[in-house]
Amino acid sequence: MPDRFPSPFEIATPEGAEGWQEMYVYSSMFSESRRDFEDSMFWFQDGVHWPNVLTPWDATFFEFAIASLSQYNTRHLQVPPANGIAFRILNGYGYLSPVPADESTIEERVANFTDRAGHYFMNWNDLYDNWMTKIRDLVGELESLEFNPLPEIEDADEVVKSGAGLGSGYALQDNYHRIVSLGLKLWNYHFEFLNLGYAAYLDFFMFCKTVFPDIPDQAIAKMVAGVEVDLFRPDDELKRLARKAVDSGVAGAFSAGDVEATCEVLKGSSEGQAWIASFEESAEPWFNFSTGSGFYHHDKIWIEHLEVPFEFIRNYIEMVQSGEDLNRPVEAIRAERDRVVAEYTALLGSDEEKGEFEGKLGLARVVFPYVENHNFYVEHWSHSVIWRKMRQLGETLVKEGFWSDADDIFYLKRTEVEEALWDYYNSWATPEAPAGPSYWPPIIERRKGMCNALSKAKPSPALGVPPEVITEPFTVMLWGITSDSVSAWLGGGDAKEGELRGMAASPGIVEGLARVIFSADQISELQDGEILVAPLTAPSWAPIFGKIQATVTDTGGMMSHAAIVCREYGVPAVTGTGFATTNLSTGQRIRVDGTNGTVTVLD
Amino acid sequence: MSMVMWFNEYAPSVKASVGGKGASLGEMTGAGLPVPPGFALTTAAFLASKEKAGLDAELAVHLDGLDTNDTNMVSERCSEIRRAIEGMAMPSAVEDDLRSAYATLCSESNTDDVPVAVRSSATSEDSPDASFAGEHDTYLWVRGADDVVAAVRRCWASLFTDRATCYRVEMGYEHHTVEMSVVVQKMVRPVSAGVAFTLNPSNGDRSQICIDSAWGFGEGVVSGEVTPDNFLIDKVMFEIGRREISNKTHEFRLTDHDTVEKVETEKERASESSLTDAHIKAIATLAKEAEKHYGCPQDIEWAVDADLHEGENVVLLQSRPETVWSKKQSDSASGGSNGDFMASIVSTLMNPLHTQKH
Repeated sequence: MPDRFPSPFEIATPEGAEGWQEMYVYSSMFSESRRDFEDSMFWFQDGVHWPNVLTPWDATFFEFAIASLSQYNTRHLQVPPANGIAFRILNGYGYLSPVPADESTIEERVANFTDRAGHYFMNWNDLYDNWMTKIRDLVGELESLEFNPLPEIEDADEVVKSGAGLGSGYALQDNYHRIVSLGLKLWNYHFEFLNLGYAAYLDFFMFCKTVFPDIPDQAIAKMVAGVEVDLFRPDDELKRLARKAVDSGVAGAFSAGDVEATCEVLKGSSEGQAWIASFEESAEPWFNFSTGSGFYHHDKIWIEHLEVPFEFIRNYIEMVQSGEDLNRPVEAIRAERDRVVAEYTALLGSDEEKGEFEGKLGLARVVFPYVENHNFYVEHWSHSVIWRKMRQLGETLVKEGFWSDADDIFYLKRTEVEEALWDYYNSWATPEAPAGPSYWPPIIERRKGMCNALSKAKPSPALGVPPEVITEPFTVMLWGITSDSVSAWLGGGDAKEGELRGMAASPGIVEGLARVIFSADQISELQDGEILVAPLTAPSWAPIFGKIQATVTDTGGMMSHAAIVCREYGVPAVTGTGFATTNLSTGQRIRVDGTNGTVTVLD
Repeated sequence: MSMVMWFNEYAPSVKASVGGKGASLGEMTGAGLPVPPGFALTTAAFLASKEKAGLDAELAVHLDGLDTNDTNMVSERCSEIRRAIEGMAMPSAVEDDLRSAYATLCSESNTDDVPVAVRSSATSEDSPDASFAGEHDTYLWVRGADDVVAAVRRCWASLFTDRATCYRVEMGYEHHTVEMSVVVQKMVRPVSAGVAFTLNPSNGDRSQICIDSAWGFGEGVVSGEVTPDNFLIDKVMFEIGRREISNKTHEFRLTDHDTVEKVETEKERASESSLTDAHIKAIATLAKEAEKHYGCPQDIEWAVDADLHEGENVVLLQSRPETVWSKKQSDSASGGSNGDFMASIVSTLMNPLHTQKH
């Protein structure tokens, strides 16, 4: 077994993707000028958030997210042992490498961190309320940005006589600058709390592991997990709408055919119209929910692809009609959580220990709603609005002949969009023909070919020399990368014939038939009682969790969104197996042990 | 008064009529500690039988002028008494109840003539009989209703051992007031058996239950002659966190003559798990209940009985306090960070995951 992964400088370019580097900003790539540093580090591919090839514009959120994370660790909070996370793009895939802090600075960092993070912990609820206001304002601002074609002449009153001195041309340029800077603001907000949330959670986690060395990770998660969580709200809304359809006698509309046909039937009755109104009320904001991680322009968003929520509602209607209770047993979940806490508390030796346990659990519970909920507000709601607005801009430039499809805009880097907009603005001002319509189409065509070629080559799961042990807590908890998974990758995943190892993300042991799917578009293929095997799952897949027996993913840790949702829905899960979608195939009989993190092929 | 009390019908009000052993087995059953099933024949049965046989008059004859210093005399007269008790006819109400209770036990065990243990159960703690509890008889592997009836009479007779009789005379107790209950309990015929601790003996983790298990009787596990399967299960979540299946080359099995002998295990069975997940959870439940009942960590012996129905076939044989870890005062986990949550969080981040574990 090799003891290291290939150097980033040894990785070949897949055939047909030559020149892929033109799609990304130079600073996001491995380069000779930083080779010494880059070759000394261990890099892992972040398949939890970015499992697919990044198109040029989609690289924006990859860069914004990781830079914001780093900035909080280094410049804002001074997390004592950890600097930021270096990121690179190689063959279209995002790689990360946590950078430790210099030993000599740690003492000073501890003092700063204690002061700064301490302030957040002490004032968490107020600051979190403030965060909610900030994020809603930010979404409002994003919603206000318009990217319409420029007018033949400006409005006399509004633009000229008002004395504003600025018109639509300026606004179009400015709105693009704003959408980019709001995107960065969004990611700054995202990491304002996240690492602190994990730190408090980890502190409770480590305390539990000290007093109860063998306590299952899931028991700790269960004690902290919230009962009513915004991330589950979209699914709750679907269930509510399914019940409403049955109660008000309009359920039949859902067997009329596609969304359009269903809506046609619904509009024909006052009950149906009331149902549509109720749907629209739920949709904003709850159906700004991506079927993927939310990081790709091509992830489907429920509110723009009504066939997705409609299909889920139709399934739920069938369940309601067959007498199933769709309600989450909130009281029972709360009672179970209380039982678990009470029993572990009773096992502690001294009152002092009990006090400490309760204190740490209390703090973990204060911070955890952020950990659970931010994903909806950032990756789903805000990103959905940004993708929608960017598509509007893409469509405007389609009208001007720059390219042929609104989504083509995502094959431009974010700085290139500015150039194209400048071209459009300038040509509108002159007026003269823009250069873009002949300049961009061949570039877009070429890049589509590159992305296609890159997608066909599976990325190396890691690069460089792995550390002897993986200790960085966020790497373990979020990305599910442990010393075990690294050695499994090095062994090519065939460490033991017919067995895969991963994170024990949600407890329980089941046996059943595997259904391997690679994207949200395939989730309708899942049959009752099958085991879902996927590169990763999104929270928005929750509605199928009543149907499947277990989940196995290639990527993700204990705290990845997939793991949180699986625990909530009581579906056994093994995450971060590395090779599930490669080594398993649809129809194979497998055993999933979510308690011990193993998947066994039984055939 | 009822002649038979099943362990699962026990109430403190009947304590006096079922003796110490009967009460304790009833109490455990009621507390969710499933001892092997059985019943107590109450003191009423003894009294009714004694009355029907006119035993008190016969006792008076034999005990009149008994010289407790004359061992020959004591021996002779006591064996007369015991012979009388062993030969006395039970009233049909008593014998019918006893036979029908035994028949019920047989059908619950899916076995004709199920082997049982028949033991005397002294009636009260402060009675002198209690001092001789050890002397009162125990009969193991008793099969068939006739033998059970005979064993019961022999237990009754054991009230009149030489020593017990002399003791009562010297203390001035009335012989005709002594009472006795007899316990009839199913003998366990284990598929598998072993021990369990209500903590992890390797690190003292009180949130865990550690189970050692092997095929057949538990002797091999207790003596260390068989390397048992080992399971670690979380006491709160009931998750099986460790499952080590060992090659159990030998097992202790029951012979046709109701003795236990060490034999070689069939090859394919040797490396199979000696417990199902349902058994593991049942043992853990039982261990947890024992700890709760006795108020401290326990070291228990258990068995999976071959005759009982799945779901009620895990039985508790013995429970005693765990001594090694319970004596150690658990160290505070805080490392002095108590009350200063930031110091603790910093320390967690500085010494993170997996460096502290294992």
